[in-house]
Amino acid sequence: MSNVTLKVNGETHTIDVDPSTPLLYVLRNDLGLRGPRFGCGLGQCGACTVLVDGAAIRSCVTPTSGVDGEITTLEGLSADGELHAVQQAWIDEQVPQCGYCQNGQIMTAIALLDRNPNPTDAELRQGMNGVICRCMTYYRIQAAVRRAAEAMAGDRSGSGDAGREVNL
Amino acid sequence: MHSTEIPKAIEDALETCHGTTSRRDFLKSSGVFVLSLSGARMANTGGSGSGAGSQAPVTPTAAPYLDPDFRLLDSWLAVHEDDTVTFYVGKTDGGQGTGTAFRQMMCDELDIAFEQATLIMGRTDMTVDQGGSGGSDALERDAWAARRVAAEARRVLLEMASERFGVPVDGLAVSEGVISIQRDSSRKVTYGELVGGRRFNVTLTGRNINATTGVAGVKPVQDLKLVGRSLPRYDIPAKVDGSLEWAVDVRLPDMVHARNVRPPVAGARLIGIDESSIRNIPGFIRVVSRGNYVAVVCEREEKAIEAARLLEVEWEKPTTAPFPSSEDLFRYMRSATPMSLTRATGSRTVPLARVEGNPDEALRTAATVVEAEYDFPFQGHTAIGPAHGLADPSDGQMTIYSNDMKPYSLRTGVAEFLDMPREQVRVIWMHGPQLYGRTAADDAGFEAAFLAKEIGRPVRVQWMRHEETAWDTKGPAFAFTLRGGLDGEGNLVALDYRARVADYAHVGYNQPDTVLIAQLMGIRPSRPSPGRASAPAEMYAIPNRRQETLVVRFPLAFETPLRTGNLRDPNGPQTTFAGESFIDEMAAAANADPVEFRLRLLRGSTEDNETFMRARSIAVVEAAAEAYGWDTRPSPKSANSGRILTGRGIAYAYRGRTAVAEIAEVEVDRETGRVWVKRMVCAHDCGLVINPDGLRSTIQGNLLHGLSRALHEEVQFDTEKVKSVDWLTHPTLRHVDAPETIDIVFVNGDPEPDRPDLPPYGAGEPSIRPVAAAVANAIYDATGVRIRRAPFRAERVLAALEASGA
Ligand code: FES
Ligand code: FES
Repeated sequence: MSNVTLKVNGETHTIDVDPSTPLLYVLRNDLGLRGPRFGCGLGQCGACTVLVDGAAIRSCVTPTSGVDGEITTLEGLSADGELHAVQQAWIDEQVPQCGYCQNGQIMTAIALLDRNPNPTDAELRQGMNGVICRCMTYYRIQAAVRRAAEAMAGDRSGSGDAGREVNL
Repeated sequence: MHSTEIPKAIEDALETCHGTTSRRDFLKSSGVFVLSLSGARMANTGGSGSGAGSQAPVTPTAAPYLDPDFRLLDSWLAVHEDDTVTFYVGKTDGGQGTGTAFRQMMCDELDIAFEQATLIMGRTDMTVDQGGSGGSDALERDAWAARRVAAEARRVLLEMASERFGVPVDGLAVSEGVISIQRDSSRKVTYGELVGGRRFNVTLTGRNINATTGVAGVKPVQDLKLVGRSLPRYDIPAKVDGSLEWAVDVRLPDMVHARNVRPPVAGARLIGIDESSIRNIPGFIRVVSRGNYVAVVCEREEKAIEAARLLEVEWEKPTTAPFPSSEDLFRYMRSATPMSLTRATGSRTVPLARVEGNPDEALRTAATVVEAEYDFPFQGHTAIGPAHGLADPSDGQMTIYSNDMKPYSLRTGVAEFLDMPREQVRVIWMHGPQLYGRTAADDAGFEAAFLAKEIGRPVRVQWMRHEETAWDTKGPAFAFTLRGGLDGEGNLVALDYRARVADYAHVGYNQPDTVLIAQLMGIRPSRPSPGRASAPAEMYAIPNRRQETLVVRFPLAFETPLRTGNLRDPNGPQTTFAGESFIDEMAAAANADPVEFRLRLLRGSTEDNETFMRARSIAVVEAAAEAYGWDTRPSPKSANSGRILTGRGIAYAYRGRTAVAEIAEVEVDRETGRVWVKRMVCAHDCGLVINPDGLRSTIQGNLLHGLSRALHEEVQFDTEKVKSVDWLTHPTLRHVDAPETIDIVFVNGDPEPDRPDLPPYGAGEPSIRPVAAAVANAIYDATGVRIRRAPFRAERVLAALEASGA
């Protein structure tokens, strides 16, 4: 065991743990987080996804010592009591059934839209393809990603009027 | 020893997962209801701190855990001083909105606003035993008692108000939990003022829980305000913001982690365990084994995983191969001697052949005879989250935190398994990964309880991916042979359906002699119980027919990863795949349009007692064809060329009293064999719709689940073990496969228009039933090639295309 320092959802934690421990177990069992979940432990399903500096990674196959950056989990997405636009779209589209996979779907969608704010249908499907839902909510997930992309584009153009004028 | 009281954090979480999202979340997610609340009530309705759990009439904190008495009104609901109400129902919610639908119906009967209520589900010490979930019967059967007790509470409250005001009940009005005098609306009293925080002490009647009733009747459908509306599901916000505590999230003081070590091959016998192979793992506690059941227990979860992987165990292989390989499965099933032609097979029945008319004679004299064989493999649940259980053995009792869809039978089963008094055991249902029948045989719950009793500390056990995919309960494999005969005019005059099903020892509902840990310990039921194999359910009028299903068994009946259990609509997708594919073959042989051919069969007779179901069948088939824009012509489509071939196919089925017709539009890639279902249409009649959007969500998931089973899923095994053990070796439907368009039509009804009182029928399963057949029929339409073996994986379709030269 040794001390590992992690920055998670804006807070810094020092944990006494075997540094090879997959990040998933540290987040769940040492830090008490619920967003990332165990689905396969093999990097195949996405249920354990967290963001590290905005990129979606699979915490079940990431050694805790290998994390270099700030971790955001599902519970760390909302700011000032406001849900992330992707979370809001998930509620508006009433996406989850059991909900077990939805952490991975939401985190992956956020990272996708961050890289590609306006994905084509093919890009959306490919970008989300590695995250499995066994309740088969794919149809609604895709609708929610499109809705979130629109909402985020609206936000950007709404708050960025001044900047846009400069660009014109 | 810590107390058996449920930690406060979990109590709060339970409240969230059972029904309350915080006021803030509610306002955010469903502003439409804010209008219906007065400001005053909003102020005191409270957030997640105002406790459903804490204000319940009885909140047991220690054993004995008595069964809530369903003949007491107070067992079903409690009115609080702040005018909120807690409902207690003995169902669970796998994510299809059962809880929201119950809350809508009960609020309607009680005349309160949706957001005045919370709902506690599936907690054996607090909620009446409605059996948990299964069979798509929540709204069809169990909701009636819940509605009647809510109506009874309203009646009693009106009586109280009548007494208080000295005004007869029919001079009172009630809305959103406020009773006023009709002639003087300034005089009013709230439910909370009348009975808040106190018990009703009203006795109900009914010979069993489903018959529970008070004096009051339920409202006519026309008077329902919340039923029929797409209220947002109350459990969704907390599933999206990460605040929901699931069964897998519960952490108890002093809790330890366990992982199972499974036999490497089916039927292996444990010879010895070398505990020294893992003794140096930090936090290692113990290896627990009995019979062929082995588990390791460690302080930390990842160490338990490591220990299970590294533990050296010596096993002895069985001398006889436990089963044929999956490549050889259907040949084996067709040549095996079936088990029995009689009904004397334990508590379940094996249907005898059902014969109408004289099928053999009719086939002999038919103008055209078609014969075909169909195969449907074993399929698993392969839940996204592997099986999980957490058991707390403190103070001589046992509390199990579980997502078991049938918590009541888990409680009884565990008590029997551990030889504990039932009153010392309780199960607290919490949200978890999908159920669909898997958690009705809650292996992990039994394991956690067994290990907790052995270790004397709370034990959390979760299966690993390979373990879940290999060892979960399986939907049975079928091998079918069908023969059909047409007369000179192309009418289907004879149908001979013969099925063989590998479903010899079907796992029951949390039975202490059929769950996996019991099997591995050498416990056996007195007699194996074959599953309730059923023939395709349709309403076709065919004068001569035979339907026969025979059970076949493998050498190994127990301790096998091919143990069968209920998988969403247990036999429907398999039998309907064969039945409705074959109807399409007969339509093609008659050179008839597939929709018209079916309608002709449905209209073929009116002289029987199935008129009602037949009329509703016709209605869904017509509605699906209309919604799709069906072009009337026989299959296959002529002049289909190019790399991508397109086609459409229809299939229809009945399940219980729900009728479904579905049309799939496919694109078949001639070069790769890949099938993409681009569009699905589903016409659905389950009677009264409680929550249209909730139903649409359920159907969408069901259709895609059906597609996954039609296109991808298959348990693969050699002659000693399952080889499909993860998401690479066991493919599933993914984002790229989702249809572009899903159109759902609610037919709701009706041969007799304007019949509002058609009750709700089950909807959790029926729409998965016709999917595989609709897709197979569409592939035929596109390519002229009939795929008679599921799943329609690209390599199989490609091989069939190449074989036919298409
Ligand atoms: S649990 Fe990490 S990818 Fe499946
Ligand atoms: S919502 Fe259940 S697995 Fe995706």
